[in-house]
Amino acid sequence: MKFKIFYILLIISFTNLNASQKIIDSNNIFKNIRCLICQGQSIADSNSDFAQTIKLVVNDKIKEGKTEKEIYEFLIEKYGEWIVYKPPFNFNNSLLWILPYLTFLFGGFLIFLLLKKRANR
Amino acid sequence: MKKRIIKTSITIFFLFITLVFLIGLNKSSIYDTKDLVGKQLKNIELDNFNENKILRESDLKKNDFLLINFWASWCGPCRREHPTLLKLNRINNLTILGVNFKDKKENAKKFLNELGNPYDILAKDELGKDSVYFGIYGIPESILVDKDLTVIKKFVGPISKNEFNYIVKTVEK
Repeated sequence: MKFKIFYILLIISFTNLNASQKIIDSNNIFKNIRCLICQGQSIADSNSDFAQTIKLVVNDKIKEGKTEKEIYEFLIEKYGEWIVYKPPFNFNNSLLWILPYLTFLFGGFLIFLLLKKRANR
Repeated sequence: MKKRIIKTSITIFFLFITLVFLIGLNKSSIYDTKDLVGKQLKNIELDNFNENKILRESDLKKNDFLLINFWASWCGPCRREHPTLLKLNRINNLTILGVNFKDKKENAKKFLNELGNPYDILAKDELGKDSVYFGIYGIPESILVDKDLTVIKKFVGPISKNEFNYIVKTVEK
């Protein structure tokens, strides 16, 4: 009996998990789209004409069943990478993504060398 | 020896960081439309201004060049740009498509009656959603495309004298 209840709960939780993955939060998308005519604002924060139009288009795309990634790709195709706050990884911005990790590794390496040097004294 | 390696690597690292910042900070962060050049306009669907008809790609490929101009009667700079469009209308090899953007039909008609109609084809985009498919973010904006609907150049704001000369030169080549 206990196992049955456990299995039922497990199935329900997986179903909920899948359902929540399919629902796209339009606000989340709005926050990652730059308002091209505003000063440092996303379209979520802006009431400009441009922001309102992009919001309409994004909502249309969600209704069409497009994924978040497809919506970003569509907007990048039309306005370039500048429109998204989190640009996709590519050759041009690879340094931007890799540099923090390189700095972290280099810092670690330096600390390791200094500690080793201190231990040898 | 070890000390020298550490010193050299620290120097190289800081030089590298400085270089990255120097390049990054000197880069313009203003939105640029140059990325759109060379891209082909696809799946065009625009509402015809006068008839209850949809304009598609085949309707726009009648000439070697097409200038798509986004305008509205309420837009001051569009009024300033209008004489330039009338001049461009005289070029044989160029079709001008006017997309009336977020405007009232009556006002748009009045605007054209008053200033003249430079458009060979007229479309409307009442909600502004169709213009997103052209990468438009304000008006007036114009896009010069070739017969395959590949973007040659995008003009943000009213077409200037230099831009007018560029269009004439490109089309009459």
